Amino acid sequence: MTTKAPSIFVHNAFLSYEKVVLFEKLNLHLLAGKWTCLLGPSGVGKTTLLRMIAGLMNSPTEVFKAGITCDTLFPLSTQIAYHAQQDSLLPWLNSLDNALLGSRLRGENSAKALIQAKNLFQSVGLVDSIKKYPRQLSGGMKQRVALIRTLLENKPVILMDEPFSALDTITRFQLQTLSAQLLRNRTVLWVTHDPMEALRLADEIYILAGKPAILKKIISLNTPAPRDPGDRQLIEHQITIFKALTKAKALY
Amino acid sequence: MSIISRSLIVFTGFIIFWQIIVSVFQLPDYILPTPWAVLIALKTNAHLILQQSIPTLTETIIGLILGILIGSLAALSMVFVRSISFWMLPLLIISQAIPTFAIAPLLVIWFGYGLASKIITTIIMLFFPITSAFFDGLRQTDQHLLDLAKTMNAKKWRIFMFIRIPAALPHLASGIRVATVIAPIGAIVGEWVGASRGLGFLMLNANARMQIDLMFAVLVTIIIFSLILFFLVDKLLKWLITW
Repeated sequence: MTTKAPSIFVHNAFLSYEKVVLFEKLNLHLLAGKWTCLLGPSGVGKTTLLRMIAGLMNSPTEVFKAGITCDTLFPLSTQIAYHAQQDSLLPWLNSLDNALLGSRLRGENSAKALIQAKNLFQSVGLVDSIKKYPRQLSGGMKQRVALIRTLLENKPVILMDEPFSALDTITRFQLQTLSAQLLRNRTVLWVTHDPMEALRLADEIYILAGKPAILKKIISLNTPAPRDPGDRQLIEHQITIFKALTKAKALY
Repeated sequence: MSIISRSLIVFTGFIIFWQIIVSVFQLPDYILPTPWAVLIALKTNAHLILQQSIPTLTETIIGLILGILIGSLAALSMVFVRSISFWMLPLLIISQAIPTFAIAPLLVIWFGYGLASKIITTIIMLFFPITSAFFDGLRQTDQHLLDLAKTMNAKKWRIFMFIRIPAALPHLASGIRVATVIAPIGAIVGEWVGASRGLGFLMLNANARMQIDLMFAVLVTIIIFSLILFFLVDKLLKWLITW
C-alpha cells in the first residue's frame, strides 16, 4: 500500500432513477482502515452509491449528487480499487496477465508488480493456474484471480460490489477468509446480500432501506475478522439483521 | 455427422437431382449439360482452367487481404474519431448502394485491364461487411470492463489497445467470414467486365461459344476454390481467436 488508508465522507447524497427519488440527504462515513458492509433490498441504490464513490458514470436515467471527500491530501480517485460483481477477467489473457491488467493499462512495466503477483498467486493457492485462461478456471478460481488484480492496484480504499454472490457457500466462505486476511487495514466498502458475510467481515454494518431509502447503522463489531460463523454473538446479530431486512422488504 | 460427410450427402443429392432434370426434360447440352459432361469438360480443360485460376486466385486473395486491412482501419478510425464516423457513414452506405456491376466498367477504364481493377472491385464489395462488423464490435465493449479500466486510471488509447480491440475481434472474424465468401465474386465480376485472363474471362468466353459444359466446369472450379478458401480462413480465425 502506498498511502495511509483514508476516511471517506459521503455528504448529502441524492439519487433518483427515472424521476423517482431513491434516497436524499444521505450521509455516510467510512472509517479509516475499517470495513463497512452495506446491506439492503435490491434496487435501493447500494451499487449506485458504491459506483459513485468509485467515480463511475451511471445510466442517463439516473441522477446522483453528493459531496464525496476524504481526509488525505490525494484525490480520492487515485486511491481506489474497484471490484465488481462480475469477475471481469479478459478471456484473451491468462491469469497472470489478467491480474497485472492495471499496470499494463497504465503502461507500467514493473518487476515489483510481477513478483508481488506471483506471491499472491502462491498465497491464494493458484500457482498452477498462472498460465491458464479464464475459460479453464472455475468460478471460485476466477474470483481469486480478480481479487489478486484488485490487490495489485495497491490502493488504500477498496470498493467491493457483491464480489462473491455467484459462488457456492463453501467457496464464498473461503474467499471471505482470504479477503479478510489480504485486505486488512484498508478502508473497505463492501456491498452484499448475505448477512453472514457482513457479520464475518465488517467492522460496521449499515442497512439501506425504505422509500426514499434511509441509511441505518445496525451493528458495530470490534472482534478481529474473519469471524467464526458459529459464534453465538454472530448468530444473534444475524437474527437482528434478518428482522431489519424483512421489515425493509415489507416497506416496498 | 461431420461437416464433410454432410457436404458429401448434399453434394451427391444435388448431382442426382441435376441428372434427373436433364434426363426427364431431355435437355440438350447447350441448355444444361449432364454432370458427367461437366466432369469430362473439367478433365479435358484441366490445364486451361488451372492456368486461368492463377490470376483469379491472386485477385481474390490480394483483394481479401487489402479489404480486411482497409475495412478494419475504417472501423478503427470511425470509433476513435467520432467526426470521422459522422462523415464516413454516409459515404460507406453510398459505396454499398451503388451496384458494383455498374461501376466495374469505370474501374477498368481507370485502373486498366490488369489485376488492379479486379482487386479494387473485390475491395469495394467486401470491405463493408468487415467495417460494419468490426465497428459494431468496437462499440459493444462490456461496460463492466470499461468501468474496471476507468478505476485503474487507464489512458484512453491503452483501453482501446488492450480491451476494446481484442473484445471486438470475434465480431471482426464474422465480418471476415462473410468477406471470404464474397471475395471470389468480386474478382469474377471484375473479370467479366473487362479482362484477358482469369476464370471470369474463361466463363464469358465459353458462354459466347456455347461451350456450356466448359462454363459449368469453371463454375464448379470457382465453387471448390471458394469452399477451400472459406475452410482455411475459418480454421485460421478459430485458431487465432479462441474467445
